[in-house]
Amino acid sequence: MNLNTVGEIKRPASVEEVGPWRDGYSWLAGGTWLFSEPQIAVDTLIDLPSLGWTPLTVGESGLEIAATCRIVNLHDFKGPAGWRAVPLFRQCIDAFLMSFKIWNAATVGGNIVMSLPAGAMISLTAALEGVCTLWPRDGKPRQVPVVDFVTGNHQNVLQKGELLRSIHLPASALSKRHAMRQVSLTHLGRSAALIVGTVGDRGEDFLLTVSAATPKPVHLRFSKLPSAAELRKAIDDKLSPDAYFQDVHGSAPYKRHVTYYLAEQIRTELA
Amino acid sequence: MSKYDVNGRVYTIEPRPGQCLRTFLRDLEVFGVKKGCDAGDCGACTVHIDGKPFHSCLVPAFRGEGRKITTIEGLARDGVMHPMQKAFHDAQAFQCGYCAAGMIMTTVTLTEAQKADLPHTLKGNLCRCTGYRSIVDALNGKCNIEPDVAGNALGASLPNPFTDAILTGKAHYTMDVAVEGLLHLKVLRSPHAHARIRKIDKTKALAVPGVAAVYTWEDVPGRKFSSALHEDHLVDPDDITLLDRVARFVGQRIAAVVAESEGAAEAGCRALDVEYEILPAVFDPVAAMAPGAPILHDKDEVVGGGTNIFCNLQGEIGNVAKGFAEADAVHEQTYSTTRVQHVHLETHGSIAWKGDDDRWHVRTSSQGPFVVQKKLAHIMGIPIRDIHVFTERVGGGFGGKQEMVSEDLVLFATMKLGRPVKWEWTREEEFIAATTRHQMTTTVKIGAKKDGTLTALDVRVVSNTGAYGGHGSETLAAAMSAPLAAYRCLNKKGDGYANYTNMTPAGGFRGYGASQTTFAIESAIDELARKLGIDPFVMRRKNVVKPGDNVESIWKEASDASFGSYGIAQCLDIVERELARGNGVEKPAGDNWREGTGAALAMLECGPPTEHRSGAAMELLPDGTYHLACGSSEMGNGISTAHKQIAASILGVRASDIALSNADTDKTPYDTGTYASTGTVVAGKAVHLTAQAMRDDILDFASRHTGAARDQCRLDNDAVICGNKRVMLSELHAAGTRIDHRFEVRQKSYLSPRTIAFNVHGVRLAVHAITGEIRVLHSVHAADIGKPINPMQCRGQLDGAVAMGYGWALIENMVHDDQGHMVNPQLRNCRIPTFADTPHTDIFFADTTDSIGPLGAKSQGECAINPVAPAVANALANATGVRFTDLPFTPDRLYARLTPRS
Repeated sequence: MNLNTVGEIKRPASVEEVGPWRDGYSWLAGGTWLFSEPQIAVDTLIDLPSLGWTPLTVGESGLEIAATCRIVNLHDFKGPAGWRAVPLFRQCIDAFLMSFKIWNAATVGGNIVMSLPAGAMISLTAALEGVCTLWPRDGKPRQVPVVDFVTGNHQNVLQKGELLRSIHLPASALSKRHAMRQVSLTHLGRSAALIVGTVGDRGEDFLLTVSAATPKPVHLRFSKLPSAAELRKAIDDKLSPDAYFQDVHGSAPYKRHVTYYLAEQIRTELA
Repeated sequence: MSKYDVNGRVYTIEPRPGQCLRTFLRDLEVFGVKKGCDAGDCGACTVHIDGKPFHSCLVPAFRGEGRKITTIEGLARDGVMHPMQKAFHDAQAFQCGYCAAGMIMTTVTLTEAQKADLPHTLKGNLCRCTGYRSIVDALNGKCNIEPDVAGNALGASLPNPFTDAILTGKAHYTMDVAVEGLLHLKVLRSPHAHARIRKIDKTKALAVPGVAAVYTWEDVPGRKFSSALHEDHLVDPDDITLLDRVARFVGQRIAAVVAESEGAAEAGCRALDVEYEILPAVFDPVAAMAPGAPILHDKDEVVGGGTNIFCNLQGEIGNVAKGFAEADAVHEQTYSTTRVQHVHLETHGSIAWKGDDDRWHVRTSSQGPFVVQKKLAHIMGIPIRDIHVFTERVGGGFGGKQEMVSEDLVLFATMKLGRPVKWEWTREEEFIAATTRHQMTTTVKIGAKKDGTLTALDVRVVSNTGAYGGHGSETLAAAMSAPLAAYRCLNKKGDGYANYTNMTPAGGFRGYGASQTTFAIESAIDELARKLGIDPFVMRRKNVVKPGDNVESIWKEASDASFGSYGIAQCLDIVERELARGNGVEKPAGDNWREGTGAALAMLECGPPTEHRSGAAMELLPDGTYHLACGSSEMGNGISTAHKQIAASILGVRASDIALSNADTDKTPYDTGTYASTGTVVAGKAVHLTAQAMRDDILDFASRHTGAARDQCRLDNDAVICGNKRVMLSELHAAGTRIDHRFEVRQKSYLSPRTIAFNVHGVRLAVHAITGEIRVLHSVHAADIGKPINPMQCRGQLDGAVAMGYGWALIENMVHDDQGHMVNPQLRNCRIPTFADTPHTDIFFADTTDSIGPLGAKSQGECAINPVAPAVANALANATGVRFTDLPFTPDRLYARLTPRS
């Protein structure tokens, strides 16, 4: 929709050109959320694609995803043979409520910065132990794990004007085996729970990432594959009944109920 | 200046900074780009940028610079449709057509792999009309249409006459016009469920650049009215004013701001200072009846005064106490149904201006332009003849446009300001301020003998009509009528209430009150059958009303509804047979899937019990073709095609030989409106009578002109056979013109008597005992709708109604907080069925020919929604042993009562 309060578009070639941050500024990535709701507090959009960041960079240490990497780029990505978790990219992308047409515009960074519980890029990058690089308006870049980046429904650690520059997925996580489960109240609808498990070849380093069911992603880490009872206890220890996210896409008790179920399915699949 | 390439034409122009591509293109008069949601959820605005599909409402316009933008208008090459457009044409893969441009712009980009996975690839394209079946047909290259042959129009599957315009983006919906000097209207809506306005300070709003005027309750005429459209305006309470001093629901319009741009009008609304005195609110209709509840309207029209009960209907035939005493089994249960939104993809909107003829013209999106015209004259205090109300093409209605919610303020503003004024609603406004289906809570007590014979039926309905009472009494009457009359039972009793609350006002919605009680009674019939150990089909066959029975619910007086035909027995047989035969779809693998089948029936008295009338006019044109004028609205219901076919069949010509004007108070005879299942049985009857009069007029003249005996004259396509001569109609017209014979006729029709139609729906489904997920494995529908005038269209109407029924049963859920604010007023949060949610339904017609409806036809677009939700509930009960009584059946509302295998 039209953002009728916006009076200016800045299209900087570098972030330094932006100048001092003030209220009314907003970074513009894909625009697929910004343009989907009135943004009456925004008067200036600062175009991020103008910065020309390389969407995906494969390195020894892992994959560097620019915040402006479009979903479609990630969907089309084929990584090195040893990165067995790459198919998870598409599984999580398919878990989006959004149409494939939106993939052509929406960005990975935009989804993470939106910080909605059902943000499938949060699920993906948290599950693959991603680390965000943030560019504060003043000071040095800082690193924050994705799982800590999101702090609640529509909340994150970004300071005013601070920019999510990229997400680094370590090769170690990309090389693990994985299993993913998702449920929704409607067919292919918005996730009520999206849960991912990853594990090393010898059953070591089992990591369960609970998302959508909770306001922020939650890690449950085990040195080796837990038993069903251990897993259930770990979920209970970490997540009290009121730690689940109640919204129109599923009641909190339901999300808790399916979290147990899906987590156990993942455990069984990876066993 | 920047350059934009749109469909090969280069524009040198600068978009506004925050403008999205959708409105930028529409400002260039590329009107094929539609607005369904303006938020990326519906896909109606899909365009290509450098060959890739985008939702143009989410694309910042500046990003289109220097790139190749293609819209639906640019898809055809040299006037030849793209193969996908042709496929949509042949399959008739649209009804209102509003989603078609986006649907085509999406599907043309699909790879074969994507086409093989439509549930995923059509996530971003919503269609509210078709149930997606005809869209799949298009993608499969299926042809659903037949040739238009003179003399064979009746019963032929002819294409919609506006097909080409719709599929190429040339059809003009309500907002698809450029108007010189246009002003834009926006309203400030109440943030409070119940509040009195102490003061509105306009100063800051008037200071916003571009704001032309601000109107509040102090500026507008005080005449009260109801926004509901009915022939008899007395059936709805006059409880609304143009702008009220009291807000009775969150979303009620408080003030109107008119400005040079939508942005300025919105800024003006934000700049208004309103001082509210917040009043206590009540949202639950039962609580609203309790002593001490806040009273919404202390007006005479409210029964008894000092109460929120707008309407109470009671009645009893026989003696239910005696009937229950005689019963061997009794079931009693309270069922509840939800409010849902119509989500016609074209939102409400109107444009008004003063014409060169010094009259006021209102272009609008309405199911009843003639009643709107009368209401506007009443409110403004001007003669009816000074107002012209018309529709061009309407993007869906479903009852939501049986309501005057946008015409009044634009007319008022244009009368004040002298300039054209437009008001286009947002999708959020549709959710918070347009009407919804009435939420009803229904207690059913029903008893029967061992052999299944019903002995007593007692129904109590409490309906939440919301802040205003339009449609409150009529939907309540419908809720207390057909669903009870569908069963023969000597003892029936009913007690119904429609109560004011501080919720969004409810209104007309496909099924209109009957849906709600059908859900309750059809669930109860199954429960009673289970108690008696009787098969539910046997139970229904034994008790369903038959010719010779009194067609009565809870009142003794004779009804004007009777059996012009009777097809329920066939419908029950068909659905039972098909469910038994199966479709080969097995329940998913795994221990926790439970499978069950269920069915339900619904009866429809074809048309409302209150007045409804239509007129039609026809003339023979100089070239020997015809012009038909009929006031009905075409909103995807296919009524234009049907009316042309009715006339063509009488006159023995092709449907395409009949030009049509519709839904225009200047150009067509009066029509009450296209709602309440009347398009065929009332307006269609008017067309039928008019075509017969046209035929008689021509034959009478031909007889006089040629000297052939009248009984030797008959129509033969474009000519008249007069004895042994064949005289061309064009020649006859010329002869008539010479002696001032005009070949013009006009007839009217009224609703009474009403015939009766039935629908039966059957479902086999699987439900997962842990996740609560439901998969419909087999969906069967049988309709007793008489002789279909256009079988393809009738099937499409049934597909669409059934899909809407599944939405109501399984998906749609408007959620409000405890202060009356809607929590999810976006389509991504308040879901309607997508392709993935909509099962394919096998559709069958009972073989009946009606003696009351025109040419053997009955109503077909409405009632099919009614048996779907109870059929789902019955299948769920069959699968799980648990009776679910409250819609919707979303997994999170089911799982706790399901029993997984441990």
